[in-house]
Amino acid sequence: MSYVIGTIINLLVSTSYAMTPLTLTAVGEITSERAGVVNIGLEGMISVSALVSVAVATQTLNPWLGLLAGVGVGALIGLIHGLISAYGKGAQIISGVGINIFALGFVPYMIIALWGVAGYKQVPEAGRIPRVAGLVSPVFILCVLVAIATHYVLFRTSLGLKIRALGEEPQAADTLGIHVERLQLIAAVYGGALAGLAGAFMSLDWLGTITKEIAAGRGFISLALVVFSNWKPSLALLGGALFGSSWALTEWLKVLPGVKGVVPVTIINTLPYVVTLGAVAGVIGRARPPRKSGVPYLRE
Amino acid sequence: MRGKVIRDVLVKTGNVVTAMTAGLIIGGLIMQAYGYDALHAYYSLLRHALGNPLTDAYPLTSTLSLATPLIFTGLAFAVSVRSGLFNIGVENAVYLGALGMVLASGLLRADTPLVLIIGSLMGLGLSVLFAFVAASLKVFRGVHEVITTIMLNWIAYWLVDYVRVNVFPDPRDPSKTIAVPPSARIPLLIRGTELSASFVIAILASLTTYFILWYTVFGYELRATGINLMAARYAGMKTSRLTIYSFLFSAVLGGLAGVCEITGRPPHYSITTGISNLMGLGFDGIAVSLIGLNHPIAVIPASILIGALNTGVRGMQIEARVPFELVRLVQGVIVVSLALPGLLSTLQKYLGIRRGRREVVVS
Repeated sequence: MSYVIGTIINLLVSTSYAMTPLTLTAVGEITSERAGVVNIGLEGMISVSALVSVAVATQTLNPWLGLLAGVGVGALIGLIHGLISAYGKGAQIISGVGINIFALGFVPYMIIALWGVAGYKQVPEAGRIPRVAGLVSPVFILCVLVAIATHYVLFRTSLGLKIRALGEEPQAADTLGIHVERLQLIAAVYGGALAGLAGAFMSLDWLGTITKEIAAGRGFISLALVVFSNWKPSLALLGGALFGSSWALTEWLKVLPGVKGVVPVTIINTLPYVVTLGAVAGVIGRARPPRKSGVPYLRE
Repeated sequence: MRGKVIRDVLVKTGNVVTAMTAGLIIGGLIMQAYGYDALHAYYSLLRHALGNPLTDAYPLTSTLSLATPLIFTGLAFAVSVRSGLFNIGVENAVYLGALGMVLASGLLRADTPLVLIIGSLMGLGLSVLFAFVAASLKVFRGVHEVITTIMLNWIAYWLVDYVRVNVFPDPRDPSKTIAVPPSARIPLLIRGTELSASFVIAILASLTTYFILWYTVFGYELRATGINLMAARYAGMKTSRLTIYSFLFSAVLGGLAGVCEITGRPPHYSITTGISNLMGLGFDGIAVSLIGLNHPIAVIPASILIGALNTGVRGMQIEARVPFELVRLVQGVIVVSLALPGLLSTLQKYLGIRRGRREVVVS
């Protein structure tokens, strides 16, 4: 009996870890897409922020400064992407692809340049984020709060209404005197900051190490989560829990006696994706993206 | 009319060139900041990507060879965008196309051209099957294609890795799958280079796609669906069916990239560990398609551009000692600058030149 309870608690805790980066990134991207800025460079932003936060944390031995640096770097990349998208009327997808390629070079290069090792760098114990009650990450709690707060702002305040107007009909928003570009830029920076927090959480807290493959597709899965949650932060929290739990289950299955060594690991690895596919196919109906998301707003 | 078309093409080309220049300057500054000689690096990039084609065919042929899969994946993505879909599943189509060839090589265990035929049929069949999952979920359940195709990409990834590790590993080198037998390989166009006849197939695919999209009823309806779904539906077009066809069309083009890559590129002729020799080809296709403004013919120069960058990277590494990672970084900066179509127009506006207004549709 205690074995069962222990397993359940274990799975819940690992779910809380697996869902945090997904939910954070998705909530940021939802805000950004609601304002009309699509960013498929999330994958790159997660890894760059993860790296910078480790660099700062190992230097200062202060995890909170590291976390802050990660958020800052994410916001900075978000700012660049936002400038290109909102003011430059650029092709947002190309910019996002560029961010991903940049990260593919930047992260492994900096790991070598900073620490002289190829591949990965362990975070020293003093640079890691302490856990609440020895189990839960404070970033997980922050993540839940951020998701709820963002939902509230988007759907219950006039600021949220303005942001959503940008994604639906920027021209109407413009006519009403809303600063389209400025608000789009702010949303993109917010999205970047949350992706940065997700990256910093992964390296400084969850995994305690930085590798060049740290994001492992989570940026793209977050994009899937955005669609899954129908562009609603509260649903992103639930969806993140679903995606995260299938991950936790997969890791648990891999070492389960009777499965380990019998079913190939590669096949078990497909599980989270199959579960997600099944969930989307069975649970949700037609998702509706913001109408003008990803389309540069040009004045007549 | 003709004059307008020519001017349009010139403006678009000008935009790409300006963006490239901006990207190269920023990239150069970054290289200088890290203590590398940027001019020397770019000189070696150019030398290795183009060289002097009259005396040495290798640089240019390498560029074209690396451009080949990107033409296929760029086309695949362009077809989806034209029909109003943001189909990221091109990536898994590439994996599965190659997987079909490996399966055929492993199952038949014979050195005959038959492997090429059966392998490509299996590969394209697998790609189409996966695309059909995404297509039917979109049409019948209303699930957005971004979510399904990302999941399918990862499922395909682990399936291919399963075959590499558990089913058909190379007995001499377990980091790879078994290789495609010599007589099932696509011949090289020029001996001693990496350029195979798949480049010709890619060009043909591009012309065919152009013809289908602009000179057939099917292509017309596909584009109409992409421009305005509701209008197309009211005009009596079967938009759901068109959506499914668009997915399958894309999958065939993406699958061809995988087939041609594994049967046409020396030296491996197999899938390497972590699918490293195929990974990202589908995603690069997105950039290629968008640089080529989602036009099947313009995808060719766009692919050659990216192909040249990928080839020149080797030169920068060897001659200017710029680490590969830093080169990737510079490449990223260049792609980000390519996103700015307004760069040239802003410049023009600044100089007081009148311009036509145009929109860039990305999704």
